[in-house]
Amino acid sequence: MTENLNLWLIPILPLVGAAINGLFGRRFSRQIVSAVAVFFSGAAFALVLRVWSQFSSLTLPHYEFLAHWIRYGGFMVNFEFYLDQLTMLMLLVVTGVGLLIHIYSIGYMWDDPSFPRFFSYLNLFMFFMLTLVLAGNYLQMFIGWEGVGLASYLLIGFWFTKDSAASAGKKAFIVNRIGDFGFLIALFLMIKHFGSLNFSELFDKVGPMPVETVGVGLLTSIGLLLMVGACGKSAQIPLYVWLPDAMEGPTPVSALIHAATMVTAGVYMVSRSHVIFDHAPTALTVVAIIGTLTALFAATIGIAQTDIKKVLAYSTVSQLGYMFMACGVAAYSAGIFHLMTHAFFKGLLFLGAGSVIHAVGGNQDMRYMGGLRRYIPITFWTMTIATLAIAGIFPFAGFFSKDEILWRAFQVNKVYWAIGLFSAFLTAFYMSRLWFMTFLGDFKGAELPAGDHGHGHSGHDEHGHSEPHESPLVMTGPLMILALLSAVGGFIPVEHFLEPVFGHGELAAAGETASAGLETTLKFVSVGVAGVGIFLAWLLYYKRRDLPQKIADGLGSFYQTVAHKYYIDEIYAALFVKPLVEGSTDILWHGVDQGVIDAAVNDSAVGARHASDAARHMQSGNLRSYAGWVAAGGAVVIAYMIWMGVAR
Amino acid sequence: MVPLSYYLILSGILFSCGVLGFLIKRNIITIFMSIELMLNGVNLSFVAFAAHWQHLSGQIFVFFVMVVAAAEAAVGLAIIIAVYRTRETLNVDQVNLLKL
Repeated sequence: MTENLNLWLIPILPLVGAAINGLFGRRFSRQIVSAVAVFFSGAAFALVLRVWSQFSSLTLPHYEFLAHWIRYGGFMVNFEFYLDQLTMLMLLVVTGVGLLIHIYSIGYMWDDPSFPRFFSYLNLFMFFMLTLVLAGNYLQMFIGWEGVGLASYLLIGFWFTKDSAASAGKKAFIVNRIGDFGFLIALFLMIKHFGSLNFSELFDKVGPMPVETVGVGLLTSIGLLLMVGACGKSAQIPLYVWLPDAMEGPTPVSALIHAATMVTAGVYMVSRSHVIFDHAPTALTVVAIIGTLTALFAATIGIAQTDIKKVLAYSTVSQLGYMFMACGVAAYSAGIFHLMTHAFFKGLLFLGAGSVIHAVGGNQDMRYMGGLRRYIPITFWTMTIATLAIAGIFPFAGFFSKDEILWRAFQVNKVYWAIGLFSAFLTAFYMSRLWFMTFLGDFKGAELPAGDHGHGHSGHDEHGHSEPHESPLVMTGPLMILALLSAVGGFIPVEHFLEPVFGHGELAAAGETASAGLETTLKFVSVGVAGVGIFLAWLLYYKRRDLPQKIADGLGSFYQTVAHKYYIDEIYAALFVKPLVEGSTDILWHGVDQGVIDAAVNDSAVGARHASDAARHMQSGNLRSYAGWVAAGGAVVIAYMIWMGVAR
Repeated sequence: MVPLSYYLILSGILFSCGVLGFLIKRNIITIFMSIELMLNGVNLSFVAFAAHWQHLSGQIFVFFVMVVAAAEAAVGLAIIIAVYRTRETLNVDQVNLLKL
């Protein structure tokens, strides 16, 4: 038995911060609110570092029991914490990136009237995310899973007076609910067939079971249902539609929740359940196909977007697709590796985008940016590093993780690899496009149509159309740290670190046959492809600015389809939303609710009224009619008693 | 010895007279007297049964009824006076403010 690390303190601390700011934040000054928020998320990070310092002396997986929760017959669920290398890595990413984004938010949200509410939600998110990551069983994980969904909903709809933000929040919540339904059924199946939700017990029971190579057995069903849940949370086809809309939230939220941490929960969950997936190759294939398609699909949409945050949102969806592709080829550690580097560079890209938006006074349309390199040099340089990292240029972080995924995919199926490589080309292209449009050329802020200004960033309105200006140090500091991590993060030996967790499943799939030379060749190919993408973006969006319009015109309807995101939102609206709304209106509302339930209540009230109307004539106010009723009543009682006497 | 049935018939006649007067009279004092008549009709049947069964409880009931009747008379007359002061009539058909 190893030392008790009091792991429960890690999630509880941000909860305390959320409670303090949520309950009393309105009475505090902004300084105190930000101090509280940063202190509690920083304390969680410090605790994680303390755990990290003792990590090597622990017997893993380290397990801590906090309290009994549900005890029903033989079935038992506890509040318990599970710590292994995978948890450790997630803890470091969540609390580390989380702390940086808390600090950044102080600067970004300073002028917002709801400053305390924002930090309360942000801390609340940290609580749920850490609960999710530290959970020792699936049910506790599910609490965190739902909780981050709640926090995401609250933060997307943070500017809830704006209609689009409120709808985006609802959309995210409802789409996630569809995925959660699958997750929940997977949990029910586990309870029914294994009688436990505890990770260790469950995996011990699954371990000796045969691999389900043919047909859809129990483990395949569980795996597929878990994947439905992951599709919702991690924005994969077909449930990715909520993530681009989620950009209505404040930019630090997009960075923390919708890029670095929450959306990767699905990847974490699939990796955590790798024992189940290892026994269900069919489910794994589905994971790989969904991931690969999402990576390609979202990347193509990203090319035609003009909103800087929308580009990053589709890029996130695409990168999450890579992670699922990795999981799908049983290269979980590569997926988690990419999760980590992605948290660095995508968090940085979003924060940088926030800094850009801050600088130009709330505008998010890249067509009205340009030339910002001179005005905001720190943001420019950090964004440059992030762009190179996501494009997969050596030696930045994205190169290592993406190439590891592509290499592992190549070994399993060349089709995954080819699509992944093409997506990498698209990624390099649209990210460079963003970079060229934003930072190079001439500043076009003055051309911004007046009505399009602001995007509801109430806090930034006073900046107006004045010269773009660099953000304060509290915002650029986190940018620089993340830039450092994006630059060198690829050298962290994540896969070696994670080997004890995924060990045997990985080695079996890896196959030591492939030669090192082939791997190097593939690396050169993917860097070359990324280089071509960047060159093309340079050609189209810097050198020959007239070309994109010509190409768009040349492609005609295809370009329109891509620019409108393949009309997926419209198709979903026609296929699912409209029938649901109309069915609810015509059948459930007008039919059942008004026709049956309301009618029953109203008609019984009307009936009671008519009966009372008849009976009220007894209450004539005439004393002798009262007396008559009393006498009649007495006569009835006597008659009854006599009749009873006779009957007996 | 007078048979029990005679008493009961007289009691019934007295009670019926009371009910009849209660129902058809308009003067509130007459109605009040009819109530007393009903009570005394019942009292008569109580004492008749008490004598018949050689049992005291019937007579004790009568005392209770008398006490209640006396209290009721006091309250009832007070109400009648109050009604007369406000309405200046003792005709119950005109005391019908409770009517809808």
